Amino acid sequence: MNKARSNLLNSFAAHAVLITYTLIALFPVFVILINSFKTRKAIFREPLSLPNADSFSLIGYETVLKQGDFFLYFQNSLIVTVVSLFLVLLFGAMAAFALSEYRFKGNTLMGLYLALGIMIPIRIGTVAILDLMVQTGLVNTLWALILVYTAQGLPLAVFILSEFMRQVSDDLKNAGRIDGLSEYTIFFRLVLPLVRPAMATVAVFNMIPIWNDLWFPLILAPAEETKTLTLGSQVFIGQFVTDWNAVLSALSLAILPVMALYVIFSRQLIRGITSGAVK
Amino acid sequence: MTALSLKNICKSFGAVSVLKNIDLTVEEGEFVVFVGPSGCGKSTLLRVIAGLEDATSGSIEIAGSLVNDIPPARRGIAMVFQSYALYPHLTVHDNMALALKQEKQPKTEIAERVDEASRILSLGDYLQRRPSELSGGQRQRVAIGRAIVREPKLFLFDEPLSNLDAALRMNTRIEIAKLHRTLKASMIYVTHDQTEAMTLASKIVVLRDGRVEQVGAPMELYNNPANRFVAGFLGSPAMNFFPAEMVGGRKGTVAGVRPEHLRISQTGRLAGTVVHVEKLGGDTNVLVDIGTEDNLTLRLFGQYDIEAEAKIALDFDDNHAFAFDQNGKRI
Repeated sequence: MNKARSNLLNSFAAHAVLITYTLIALFPVFVILINSFKTRKAIFREPLSLPNADSFSLIGYETVLKQGDFFLYFQNSLIVTVVSLFLVLLFGAMAAFALSEYRFKGNTLMGLYLALGIMIPIRIGTVAILDLMVQTGLVNTLWALILVYTAQGLPLAVFILSEFMRQVSDDLKNAGRIDGLSEYTIFFRLVLPLVRPAMATVAVFNMIPIWNDLWFPLILAPAEETKTLTLGSQVFIGQFVTDWNAVLSALSLAILPVMALYVIFSRQLIRGITSGAVK
Repeated sequence: MTALSLKNICKSFGAVSVLKNIDLTVEEGEFVVFVGPSGCGKSTLLRVIAGLEDATSGSIEIAGSLVNDIPPARRGIAMVFQSYALYPHLTVHDNMALALKQEKQPKTEIAERVDEASRILSLGDYLQRRPSELSGGQRQRVAIGRAIVREPKLFLFDEPLSNLDAALRMNTRIEIAKLHRTLKASMIYVTHDQTEAMTLASKIVVLRDGRVEQVGAPMELYNNPANRFVAGFLGSPAMNFFPAEMVGGRKGTVAGVRPEHLRISQTGRLAGTVVHVEKLGGDTNVLVDIGTEDNLTLRLFGQYDIEAEAKIALDFDDNHAFAFDQNGKRI
């Protein structure tokens, strides 16, 4: 920040608030991480102490990797999340482009209809969705989850993206039309790169709920070969006995991919809109 | 040959009618400027010609063929936009080459045309740069280059100078005029700036509220405006209007005199008080309150010491005055 405009007290206060918030937000994650490296006894004796020579143990990770098909769960979660995100972004952006770019009868109505899903939680329709999946034979397939998550993510994606698409210069799209680019090329090559920050926002908003969801995997795809990570971790939580080492280790491992995806998208978030197109 | 012919073009957005019965022809090699206040429909008309908007009714012919149902890319036109609209992900060279690649022109032909355009616009040093690495004036030259390489039957310019600063605007204006002389191409140019219209046009089309008010050569419009709107729109400072009664004219009519045709005269017919004096060095503009709604502007060539609040009387030669009826029509 510029020296002339900064004030020592203000910036100290701002940093104090932010650091406090960061500590509070990271504390549970920190506790999970340190305890995942401790013996069961040590977890209960001193949950807040760091693992030392006595209490250090990888038993949790061993259990997780041995018991159940952890890598398969991992893979399932990743496939469901990535494919759903891809479909949400693709169809959401296409719908948003059509709504913001073309004048047609019922344009506003269609926009409202597509945004309706923001207000109505998709879980209300669980029974109907299950029924539908049973009848189409999609139960216990990853497609069941992908389709549901895509439907769940689309309303917000359309809503956010159409706002951003409206801001993309008309001149640029028209220049493309005059140069003979097809509407698809205009959409993919000219418009999408300019709304990349908005796409990243939508991706981050959608990614975390999908990755962490327990509801739909439990109902639509509880079979061993389609279990997601969140569902798979539940085997360690029993009604009477809970294998805390395994639960904490599984949770620690589950954080990693979300973090990786978040880093990828947040870089896009931060990177400004490609300048130089207009003005 | 006729480069463009518009017959009875109407355009409406829902209930709002933006263009009303526009008839217009542009001859080959002509530089036609559409001028008018904002919202007069000049940009919409350009978009209709380009094919970016469909006309509600009427026919559009470019170089003799009906293009109503032909997409913009195949109308034989090229367009330069106000905001440049360069493709941000392509280099200057690729920006210019894109349209030709889309037309599936042979590589040698593309290279030749891009070289030629970059020579005309002296863009040779920038060919490998991205638009974001160029200044405003350079970007506008690239946008013009992108139009030139297509060798269109008709160039369309949509307020291309509005985003440039004053000095650059004048330079680019001269470059566009030079370009028109070099290429001898038909061009249509939209602007709200009457200076650009006067200096560039071989033919000016003055538009207001979606109608053509008058068409003609710049000096013809300046010297012989068809109505009060055209008279007031062209010329800077704008023409003075006052009730004709004040100078012995017919009641209800309006007299119009250009600022440079007014002169100070002790026995002048228009007596008033000086409100403000603008000294520009080369000339001096004097605003005079003669009791009408708008102040009169008097343009004197050279430097004068006139104080505000001074009493002053103005006169003019009757053959320099215009008369307009109540509806603004010239009498």
